[in-house]
Amino acid sequence: MSQAYDVTLIEEPIGGPLLDGGASPGVSLRDAQAARQYRSLWGNAWQQFRLHHLAMIGLIFLVILTLACYIGTLIYPRGINPDMMTTFISPTAKYPFGTDPIGRDLLASILWGGRISLAVGFLAAFVAISAGTLIGATAGFMGGKADGFLMRFTDLFICLPQLPLLLLISFLYRDEMFAWADKKFGNGNIGVFILIVFVIAILNWMSTARLVRAEFMRLKEKEFVEAAKSIGAKQITLMMRHILPNVVSQVIVAATLAVGAAIITESTLSFLGLGFPSDIPTWGRLLFEAKDYFQFYPYMALFPGMVIFLTVLSINYMGDGLRDALDPRKTR
Amino acid sequence: MGRYLIRRLIVSLFTLVAISVVIFAILAMAPGDPLSGFAANPNVPAELRQRMREQMGIDDPVPVQYGRWASQYLQGNWGVSYTTRSSTRDYVLGRLPVTLKIVGGAYLISLLIALPVGIISAIKQYSIFDQVATTFAFFGFSLPTFFTGILFILLFSVKLQWLPFIYDDTVTGFIPNMKQMIMPMMVLALAGAGSLTRFVRASMLEVINQDYVRTARAKGLRENAVIIGHAARNALIPVVTIIAIEVPAVVGGAVVTEQIFRIPGIGSALVQGVNEKDVPVVMAISFGYAILVVVFNILADVLYATLDPRIKFS
Repeated sequence: MSQAYDVTLIEEPIGGPLLDGGASPGVSLRDAQAARQYRSLWGNAWQQFRLHHLAMIGLIFLVILTLACYIGTLIYPRGINPDMMTTFISPTAKYPFGTDPIGRDLLASILWGGRISLAVGFLAAFVAISAGTLIGATAGFMGGKADGFLMRFTDLFICLPQLPLLLLISFLYRDEMFAWADKKFGNGNIGVFILIVFVIAILNWMSTARLVRAEFMRLKEKEFVEAAKSIGAKQITLMMRHILPNVVSQVIVAATLAVGAAIITESTLSFLGLGFPSDIPTWGRLLFEAKDYFQFYPYMALFPGMVIFLTVLSINYMGDGLRDALDPRKTR
Repeated sequence: MGRYLIRRLIVSLFTLVAISVVIFAILAMAPGDPLSGFAANPNVPAELRQRMREQMGIDDPVPVQYGRWASQYLQGNWGVSYTTRSSTRDYVLGRLPVTLKIVGGAYLISLLIALPVGIISAIKQYSIFDQVATTFAFFGFSLPTFFTGILFILLFSVKLQWLPFIYDDTVTGFIPNMKQMIMPMMVLALAGAGSLTRFVRASMLEVINQDYVRTARAKGLRENAVIIGHAARNALIPVVTIIAIEVPAVVGGAVVTEQIFRIPGIGSALVQGVNEKDVPVVMAISFGYAILVVVFNILADVLYATLDPRIKFS
């Protein structure tokens, strides 16, 4: 899809290579200059993104955190099995984040739970954004009756009472999903995972659908679409190859912010005791468990809370950086 | 405008019916018996249980149940709560005042923060003030409310011991009441103020370089008059609509806050109702929330058209 966007130099610059066969075989001076001049959109965006310090810090933090959660857990000496000999230990060198009422190492819990919290965030955002893009693109491109129907449908979802439904669906269908996945995959938590990703996604695709629809309606009247039509491009080609790439940058920004929102939603759900079961220590779940103890053992709430905060903050700064970087009108 | 409004109201009515069907279907199709907790109680004889089931119509087909619910709802009868055994209407409405006080107070505070900070940020774009405000706005919408609540309790209740952190509805007097409500209000206010500040700033930046603002300056108005009377007046039109649209979200945020501070409001009634599968209570609160969303969406449109004469509905 990025092909439509790439503006790379394919032919030799006018006048031919300047120092052909000279001191530096291969790359000529002019090529180097040309390469600097004609960067691809993504290369350009990356250059811009790097200038946004907070976005870069956010990106680095997120990469380190992700590695710690998915690879660090394999190296870190302690798992998340309860141990009645090590309850309520305040942070020390041995237990950097302390231990909880059932003797689990809090750092280990945060890392293991982070796998789930991050996965829910990214997957829910991915599903929501894909659904929103599909619906918005169809509505905007088709217009007419299809558009009317899809937009009424979107409006209905916007008016749904989000939080009550979120609580309701995850509470009512959790046990059934658990039993179903337990039978099917031998692990019931997969069912809870699917349910939570689905609930978050189904309540968060609407703004993307509206955004993409508006852009599709604007772009389908443009000359380049007309040109593509005149050479006999099929409808699906028009949508996917000609219009969609022009919307991608905005969708990426929306997707980034959706990841942060999904992480907060999942932790809220878990904090209310309606998310994952207690053997899955997602970040919100850790705070839910800390709720009754944090007056005496503040570290139990501070560490998981800070991880949620820093993760979402990093993602929001990255979204901000991406917005600037992908906006061709803004150059620093 | 009048015709637009009528059409809008009719569409909203259909939307509300559709929403109530969705909520009802989710509740009705869920596995598990709403009276299971009640049924597990060995002191309840089987026939009483059966009589209750018949009375509540739990075994009727779902469409019949929905029809009964809808007609009763329209008559102002919200059913009997499964857990409190009293009128759902009295129960829910009895919980409303405290939530309204906290949500209203919180929204007021967040406006009092967002409006001046957003306007000053825009006037002095890229200044130190703007950068600090931007940082705080980012913190504001990255901090989950449950964590802000815990931080506040740790600081003001545990460390400084200034404020109580468990809400007590037997407390009387203005000062003690304010003392126990200020933390939940601030938690909600900070969460809302972040995005609202950014919005005020963005919308102010859009007008600040317009010609009519320069004209106002050129004719010798004082800077304050230019900013408040000319720039802000126009910049705040979209802000007003956002304020209206965001009301339901703030009310939704109360669910978490009430849980942390143990406030007996609507939000905690909802969480409790969900946990006990108290269908009438959950239905009443969720549907009430849906009405809130729809009403404030219409209000936002109407406000937009009234405040901005350039907008004409057809």
